[in-house]
Amino acid sequence: MTSPDDPSGDRRDWSVIVESGVAKTNRPVSSAVAGREAATRRHEPHEPARENLPQKLYEPRRQVHNKRVDGPFRRFKWLMMLVTLSIYYVTPWLRWDRGPYAPDQAVLVDLANRRFYMFGMEIWPHEFYFVAGLLIMAGIGLFLITSAVGRAWCGYACPQTVWTDLFQHVDRFIDGDRNARMRLDAAPWTWGKVARRGIKWTIYLIIGFWTGGAWIMYFADAPTLVHDFWRGEAAPVAYITVAVLTMTTVVLGGFMREQVCIYMCPWPRIQTAMLDEKSLLVTYKDWRGEPRGSVKKAQKNPGQFGDCIDCQQCVQVCPTGIDIREGPQVGCITCALCIDACDRVMKDIGRPRGLIDYATLEDCEREAAGGEPKSPWRTLFRPRTIAYFMIWGGIGGALLFALGVRSHTQLTVAPDRNPPFMLLSDGSIRNSYTLKLRNMESRPRDMEIAIEGVPDAAMWTDTIAYRDAAAVQTVTVPADLVRQVRAYVAAPAGTVPQTLTFRVTSLDQQRETDAVETRFDAPETE
Amino acid sequence: MANKRIDEPTGVPTVGHEWDGIEELDTPLPRWWLWTFYLTIVFAIGYVIAYPAWPMIDKATEGVLGWSSRGQLAEEMSAAEQARATMRERLARVPIERLEEDSELMQQAVAGGAAAFRVNCVQCHGSGAGGNQELGYPNLNDDDWLWGGDLKAIHYTLTHGIRQPGDDETRTSQMPSFAGAFDSSQLDDLVDHVLSLSGKADASNAGAQLFADNCAACHGSKGTGNREIGAPDLSDAIWLRGNSRDAIKHQILEPRMGMMPKWEGRLNPVTIKMLAAYVHSLGGGEDFLEVAADPEVKVDDQP
Repeated sequence: MTSPDDPSGDRRDWSVIVESGVAKTNRPVSSAVAGREAATRRHEPHEPARENLPQKLYEPRRQVHNKRVDGPFRRFKWLMMLVTLSIYYVTPWLRWDRGPYAPDQAVLVDLANRRFYMFGMEIWPHEFYFVAGLLIMAGIGLFLITSAVGRAWCGYACPQTVWTDLFQHVDRFIDGDRNARMRLDAAPWTWGKVARRGIKWTIYLIIGFWTGGAWIMYFADAPTLVHDFWRGEAAPVAYITVAVLTMTTVVLGGFMREQVCIYMCPWPRIQTAMLDEKSLLVTYKDWRGEPRGSVKKAQKNPGQFGDCIDCQQCVQVCPTGIDIREGPQVGCITCALCIDACDRVMKDIGRPRGLIDYATLEDCEREAAGGEPKSPWRTLFRPRTIAYFMIWGGIGGALLFALGVRSHTQLTVAPDRNPPFMLLSDGSIRNSYTLKLRNMESRPRDMEIAIEGVPDAAMWTDTIAYRDAAAVQTVTVPADLVRQVRAYVAAPAGTVPQTLTFRVTSLDQQRETDAVETRFDAPETE
Repeated sequence: MANKRIDEPTGVPTVGHEWDGIEELDTPLPRWWLWTFYLTIVFAIGYVIAYPAWPMIDKATEGVLGWSSRGQLAEEMSAAEQARATMRERLARVPIERLEEDSELMQQAVAGGAAAFRVNCVQCHGSGAGGNQELGYPNLNDDDWLWGGDLKAIHYTLTHGIRQPGDDETRTSQMPSFAGAFDSSQLDDLVDHVLSLSGKADASNAGAQLFADNCAACHGSKGTGNREIGAPDLSDAIWLRGNSRDAIKHQILEPRMGMMPKWEGRLNPVTIKMLAAYVHSLGGGEDFLEVAADPEVKVDDQP
């Protein structure tokens, strides 16, 4: 088989070798249409190789200058950028009234006091399993999204994508579109170029600074922090964090860009393993596009050429600079801008849209074999995605349930082990305990501590004197804190070792209660 | 087995190894990765110059910044010390009688005292301050005090010690030996009487007479003791050296008396105050109210 195109433009050897009755070719096989055995066929070395590639240890970077494009997917990307950036920059400024004893910031990670506030929720460090649950949900959510719509996270919502997109728009705004940027890159360093670069990098820095600045707002009261920050009175860690995040934002979003996706991010590798033949991919339908040829050539030789006119629009708009026509690849973040570009070209030349389109490998195979194209929406609902969704929703529901029924009053008891008991001068036996009363409400609460199980036992504490000893005591626990109470329990002489129960009850409408069983030690009776 | 070939769809050579059909592409590294690697080498050179790095025969090279982990520890310790300085100053100023009025300061004093107790006191009194009956170290958790259990009395005991030679103000008293003073039946009567004070034996007239003649001067007619001279209360449930007949006989014939060192001069006054607060907090500490009820005793007097 020879290339129908101009042979001078194609140095590839696409000769076919027949070996044990199986045709083996060096022709690139799009994995979109490759059958199972195709992989096996590719595994066996055969001569001659498609191209004698020189061994290179290092590869220079090819700068990506993506061209402006408009279309439904680009608009969706704009929308996602607006939504995600708004969430990121605005969230710390939302207020949420929690009364006088708690901060009024809607989302706050209060590291100093070890509390995490999120609207109506407040998480304590011992409830970190809620955060772990959220992380598991995020993980399974990614599985769900990936198996349903492929690498949609990479294409639309990943911070690296969003900020790269933002910086690419800055490039376009300052330097112009693709061609102008390429010209400027190649141009010598005149004062004009220095000025342009200066302006552009200053804008990079401002965006980076704003990004780092927004980050620290999540960890302290935002208005106070802004005030302190500009007066130079904020904690050093605030300035260091802003500096580090400014630098990472500028370096990763402004300069590294697609290199992060291709070389640094583990997610594309994991996703590669999670995609199956039913996952949506941005796919070049090579059975329809190949062989490529210009509109003119196709007119001269009808029936000899596919729909692809090799206009390179799909390559030029790609933010990671790949050629989607080479098949699914790690550099493709499925942002679908190539679909927008190709659809416009197809419309201009009067061919049907969707030469590059979201499709599953299964659909591609069927379509290549002449079957009906099916709507990609159908792929969203299938056992795998539904199973992921059930797991995801189940964990979410369980977390919400746990959050709803959790008690805001808790008690822990640590009995003194040394000495386990002692005699008082009147012969009664005293045990000492360290109680921790946890008040998770944002208001001070009176709590009643009662001892149960040991007859005639009386209790006093480090703040309640011995002469006031009784079986029930009331202490006030400050808002949103754990109060430590030293409790002394005395029982009359002759009491034997037995189980003692501490019960704490909040003295408010909730009447939340918690009980802990512990031991009352006494001398062994002879 | 090396089996290098070119992967067809990507046009990239493989590294030549295969694991169950999975091969690895020999993708060239990006050039910036190389520069990052060089950067780490430059960083390492800078680090080696700036910080301790090369092990020499007796110690490592010091680095031009002069940093050391010991130095950092010393710095952090002194920072922590400085953070405590305000508390110590306040503690130094406040008279021990008024310490309880400032609950925050009291709390800090108790915490500091707990630390000092673990260093200086646990050797005799035990880590839980439970004392030792065999050796006669008192239990500091209970409500029985030989020399007084309010903050000021505890502070005085800590400062001057008990039977501390060379300190004129130390707490001191001596129980005489009664070896040879009683015959065997008298001794039994006396022991019975001592035990009867806390209801552990039946009282007898003979024992009561012996107690009144020999013991009541210090221990009181009802055996309730006398804190002025550290005479133990014999009528309560707490026995410093045991309540077996043998233990009581031993204590009558060959009395053993404990000795506690004075801490004045060995610990600074603030630490002694903190220790007093800690011991007072163990559960048996007494209020000044009982002392203040006596108009003869002012809180400023020596207890």
